[in-house]
Amino acid sequence: MTQGPTKTRNMIEAINDAHRVMMERDETVVVYGEDVGYFGGVFRATAGLQKQFGKTRCFDAPISEGGIVGTAVGMAAYGLKPVIEIQFADYIYPGYDQIVSEVARMRYRTAGEWTMPMVIRSPYGGGIFGGQTHSQSPEALFTHIAGIKTVIPSNPYDAKGLLIAAIEDPDPVVFFEPKRIYNGPFDGHHDRPVTPWSKREEAEVPDGHYTVPLGKAAIVRPGEELTVLAYGTMVHIARAAVEENGIDAEVIDLRTLVPLDIETIEESVKKTGRCLVVQEATKTSGFGAELAALVQERCFYHLEAPVERVTGWDTPYPHAYEWIYFPGPLRMKNALKKVLA
Amino acid sequence: MTETPTRANRPALALHVPEPAYRPGDAPDFSSISVPAAGEAPRPDIAAEAEATQPLTTHLVRVLDDEGRAVGPWDPRLDPDTLRKMLKDMKTVRVFDDRMYRAQRQGKTSFYMKCTGEEAIAVAAATAMDPEDMHFPTYRQQGLLVARGYPLKTMMCQIYSNAGDPLHGRQLPIMYSDKKHGFFSISGNLGTQYPQAVGWAMASAIRGDSRIAMGWIGDGATAEGDFHSALTFAAVYQAPVILAVVNNQWAISSFSGIAGAEQATFAARAVGYGIAGLRVDGNDALAVYAAVRWASERARSNKGPTLIEFFTYRAEGHSTSDDPTGYRPAGEAQKWPLGDPIARLKAHLVALGEWDDERDAALDKDLDAFVRAAQKEAEAMGTLPQQGFDNIPSMFEDVYADTPWHLAEQRDASMAEAREFLGHEPK
Repeated sequence: MTQGPTKTRNMIEAINDAHRVMMERDETVVVYGEDVGYFGGVFRATAGLQKQFGKTRCFDAPISEGGIVGTAVGMAAYGLKPVIEIQFADYIYPGYDQIVSEVARMRYRTAGEWTMPMVIRSPYGGGIFGGQTHSQSPEALFTHIAGIKTVIPSNPYDAKGLLIAAIEDPDPVVFFEPKRIYNGPFDGHHDRPVTPWSKREEAEVPDGHYTVPLGKAAIVRPGEELTVLAYGTMVHIARAAVEENGIDAEVIDLRTLVPLDIETIEESVKKTGRCLVVQEATKTSGFGAELAALVQERCFYHLEAPVERVTGWDTPYPHAYEWIYFPGPLRMKNALKKVLA
Repeated sequence: MTETPTRANRPALALHVPEPAYRPGDAPDFSSISVPAAGEAPRPDIAAEAEATQPLTTHLVRVLDDEGRAVGPWDPRLDPDTLRKMLKDMKTVRVFDDRMYRAQRQGKTSFYMKCTGEEAIAVAAATAMDPEDMHFPTYRQQGLLVARGYPLKTMMCQIYSNAGDPLHGRQLPIMYSDKKHGFFSISGNLGTQYPQAVGWAMASAIRGDSRIAMGWIGDGATAEGDFHSALTFAAVYQAPVILAVVNNQWAISSFSGIAGAEQATFAARAVGYGIAGLRVDGNDALAVYAAVRWASERARSNKGPTLIEFFTYRAEGHSTSDDPTGYRPAGEAQKWPLGDPIARLKAHLVALGEWDDERDAALDKDLDAFVRAAQKEAEAMGTLPQQGFDNIPSMFEDVYADTPWHLAEQRDASMAEAREFLGHEPK
């Protein structure tokens, strides 16, 4: 996609670089959140930005998610492009009223007079012994809201390109970052050592500006036997499970949940005739339910088996039971078998 | 209910639930409200430390005395033309409110909210600030639009959701929005605009601009978390913002005590955050003007934010959907010790020799004709009962900058449904 020098970057470094590229290109981009300024973020996503761009472009915020999002609405109304961080997706709820009632609806309710070109970044997902409030996957609470886009990258290359695209997008974007794979992809085998990103080609991240378009899925593994729809950490778990079980599945990384790349999904399911939907989030009313409904609406006569879902259980995220809760290799294997039966 | 044993040697705890002094059937008596004499409140330097404003947060800045004279250090010494313009704007708002209230009762629209008794606050605030400054209003600051010269006809078109509605029939009546007139989009969600005003002011400071913002909230909505976050952010970043609390004593049926007014004034909350606070007679247009002027000069010179409590009374029902006789005595507004803002400004102009009953009656007549004419023009573009079928695809626009596939599919489905519903091709 892009020429020019690349560098091996993990997801954090790629996200950090996306900020830097956009802050250099567009002086209206401002970055703030809890511990984001001097310290550079609890995950280091904004490290060095305050030093390079100054305190009025990248700064620490009070511990108030409602205040962070609410002030960002005012800044966007003024003409800035806020890129704000919510430290964990589990803590986005105090800002939810501002996101749902204000950010998402501003263009609509003002007939385009005011728009909200902002990005709300937040680490999400489990697999890190984060317990109840450092593991949640609340994407369905956002995909359900008209007026916002929801983006979830699964590797460093996409993380940078999607974040740049999100910052440049005229609409507000909720950008969830799977923190389990910040430092390396995770195949679900928690008992094995973590692979660093440096072993993977998606970690070859170009310097400078490039984008990965919003609303476009990626086929990360072409296949014929069934289609697996996944995003975030689950892309890697799905791909590993498919390969470990010797199944010729097509694994699609959605990348953007809203607006969804329905064409790629339809084309794949119509080809394979089978579909497995994968998410970390709790099952009931999760985004996987939307995917399953869309697939049966649009590919019903091509389906040779019911659409299955691999998800987290409908419980709060537990601490000690991490690997019983987390949708890992075994749950994947059984679901794959079921769809292929 | 579970019986919880009490310890015999300790008193039983008692929950305090505030009650207003008067309920329907009672004779209201506001003599317990302390109303300091006009001119009594000191006027600190605009650079005063927030803490130095503490005495002013329990006082009441008043300029107009009972004889209609402007007295004391807060007298803004406005020229007669400005005073007459404010009087005219306040009267316009009242006439507009009356006509739109009636239009709702006639079934021409679904909903309306008056600001009767509170006209001085928005009108004088708009007069005191620059036209480039941005307001983040609630639904009861229509005076800002009127004072800034926004066309009444367009306001009415919004209320009727008709072909002239700049918001394309998407918003409930009175949820206006106009960037050019510095009037931020009104939201039904209370308090949200308060931190937004702070963010706009922070942006202005980030860009080295000279414009300031003013956020608005009612007494009831100060209980929202957004009130707290707005004050925190305004103080932390010393944002060039004026934060107005319009304390009209009532949040629908709840008196201000339910929002915390029994324990402290709303202005007093400012100093705890390190923000300058003022408590102002909201029915005194000159005091409102002077306070907003003071706060805007403070903000403009990077001396930080100010919170101003405007003490007033919501003279009418909360909205066309509300009947206040269900929770407060009829005629309470007439007993309100701060009087009527329009009558008080008129008395001032008369005392100055710059106005008289004859001119006042002529102005009333002119305004009545002016508002009627605007209403006629607006109604020529349709009232609510006829709306909603003229541009169905527009319902699906502006959700995003571009229309994604799922909305395009739903738009087409809704057109098919409309065809069936109408029995003919929709537009």
